[in-house]
Amino acid sequence: MNVNSQPDIRSEAIAVDVDRVSKIFGGEPPVTALDDVSVAIRQNEFFTLLGPSGCGKTTLLRLIAGFEPPTSGSLRLGGRDISRLPPNKRPINTVFQNYALFPHMSVAANIAFGLQMLGKPKAEVRDTVDEMLKLVQMEALKNRRTSEISGGQQQRVALARALAPHPEVLLLDEPLSALDYKLRKEMQIELKRLQGETGITFIFVTHDQEEALTMSDRIAVMNAGKILQVGPPREIYNRPVNRFVADFIGETNFLTGTAQGDAVRISSGHMIAVPLDGRTGDVTLTVRPEQVRLCPVDQDGALHAEISDLVYFGTDTHCHLALKDGTQIVARLQSLPTGEVGYMRGQAVGLRFEPGAVQVVGA
Amino acid sequence: MATVKPKPAAKTERSTWLLTAPALVLLTVAATGPLFIMLIYSFLEPGQYGNVVWKFSTKAWFNVILQRDIFDGTLTWADAHLTILWRSVKLAMTTTVFAVLVGFPTAWFIATRTPRMRLFMLFLITIPFWTNLLIRTFAINQIIRNEGVLNSFLLWIGVIDAPIQIIYSDFAVFLGMTYVYLPLMVLPLYAAIDRFDMRLLEAAYDLYANRWQALRRVVLPIVKPGLIAGSILVFIPALGAYVTPRILGGGRNMMIGNFIDLQFGQGRNWPLGAALSVILLIFVTSMLILYVRFVNRSTDNG
Repeated sequence: MNVNSQPDIRSEAIAVDVDRVSKIFGGEPPVTALDDVSVAIRQNEFFTLLGPSGCGKTTLLRLIAGFEPPTSGSLRLGGRDISRLPPNKRPINTVFQNYALFPHMSVAANIAFGLQMLGKPKAEVRDTVDEMLKLVQMEALKNRRTSEISGGQQQRVALARALAPHPEVLLLDEPLSALDYKLRKEMQIELKRLQGETGITFIFVTHDQEEALTMSDRIAVMNAGKILQVGPPREIYNRPVNRFVADFIGETNFLTGTAQGDAVRISSGHMIAVPLDGRTGDVTLTVRPEQVRLCPVDQDGALHAEISDLVYFGTDTHCHLALKDGTQIVARLQSLPTGEVGYMRGQAVGLRFEPGAVQVVGA
Repeated sequence: MATVKPKPAAKTERSTWLLTAPALVLLTVAATGPLFIMLIYSFLEPGQYGNVVWKFSTKAWFNVILQRDIFDGTLTWADAHLTILWRSVKLAMTTTVFAVLVGFPTAWFIATRTPRMRLFMLFLITIPFWTNLLIRTFAINQIIRNEGVLNSFLLWIGVIDAPIQIIYSDFAVFLGMTYVYLPLMVLPLYAAIDRFDMRLLEAAYDLYANRWQALRRVVLPIVKPGLIAGSILVFIPALGAYVTPRILGGGRNMMIGNFIDLQFGQGRNWPLGAALSVILLIFVTSMLILYVRFVNRSTDNG
């Protein structure tokens, strides 16, 4: 630690501070992978970088790990500038997307590698390896070669290998994407448990919004090299700052209209009351399908619509509705025990939105 | 597909043999045959003007390791032969080490270029293969001899006052040998490095390994089969090499290759030459067996 640095109460709680970092890859034409990104990741936090492929999330992770230098801006770890440190000098470990386990070593040797490189005494290495094997429940397979174990087991070894040197920050690059659905669910819970037990800051990269919502303390939604929104899962889901975030996280409906006083006249002519925060002119509204309710046509304040399609999804049924002007809205209805929802295609219905469910997401 | 009638097993086997026959005949006549002739010759007596006399004798084998004094008939070790053999082994080993030291960075460099660049560089590496060994060796000679390109250039820019004696030194021989056999090292190493997953290197750095540790603990163990294959490919021909040592070393130090050549020429002792060749063959074969064992073991539980 830098003894000369001013003690700053705020920075104590910050594990990784990404300060105005840009990354431009040379070539013809040059590619801007990260465009002036700033984000502060707190200590002992499960932080997720979420975005479509090519949004720069993996690049940001590689910058934090030290595999690439930033083109501009700086990275700080616990207040210390690490922008120019090589990866082997950073107390940060990575779980790679395809695990990158050493194929010529046993499971135990893989886990011991980082500790050996740090020059830990033999006894300590052995004890930590045993502890890690126990933590990921791989004791029985410690002498196997990594090519002889299943994908899920390799995943556990990769985790144990990265956790063994007890890094300040653990980076996880889409570690669950190669696993099948059921195993992925198990590992999500497992990861969350490990994070709680070890008290290490986790930075998790994924393109799977459901994974991000389930596991994270906070999520940063990225697109085209920029961070669009940072916040806890509930905030990201319920208060998206723009159309991209609303669209990328979960499913949603968009309505366009014009602000009139404290309400919006949408394209079908209906008036919808919504907090406008002083916006005027054209606005886009969003509302989640599960916040849309069907009601009798003649109910007070109901929007008039016709059911254009019903799609069965098991626990619920997606009801596609068309407003007078053709605007499409999806409502998520709970399926009845019979598998029906009590409505038919072509039926005229009324619809209303749960109070507070409609959000403005931009012009 | 048409229905396949099950053929009688014997008939299938016969046609398999017939189809392999040309290859088998060629292998027997062209590969195994000469070796047998060599082995038989080593047990015959030398003819006066070369060739052999068809009379069984173990004298050639006896002469390989022992020699009888011409004057008093006492037996001593044939230390001349052993010195020559040892000199050849030493030269082959040094060449192999030099080839690894130069070949590994070269192969690594090529394997980490763009695919187009890689093809071009591999092409450059293989070009010398299409040129006669003698011509290549004389080309090196032209460069390093006292009036050669290198010395003229150094004299011209004034770094030296008198030509440096490079040619006809051990260094010249190592230089020439390394140059001649380098492609045999680079190609298998390139193949191994090309298969190497560079993410493993990132994983090693991520786990606090420095460059040297990453090379020793991760890269070398994984590319080891390529390294060993290259070493064998360089070592074996280097062991029998005699053109390069003679041209660049000035022919002062005889190699086992020169010595065998001599027995079939001026020495007029074909059985001794044959016996020495068989010994060289046994030496090389046991090296290969060791290699195969070694590679198998390292892929089983390394």
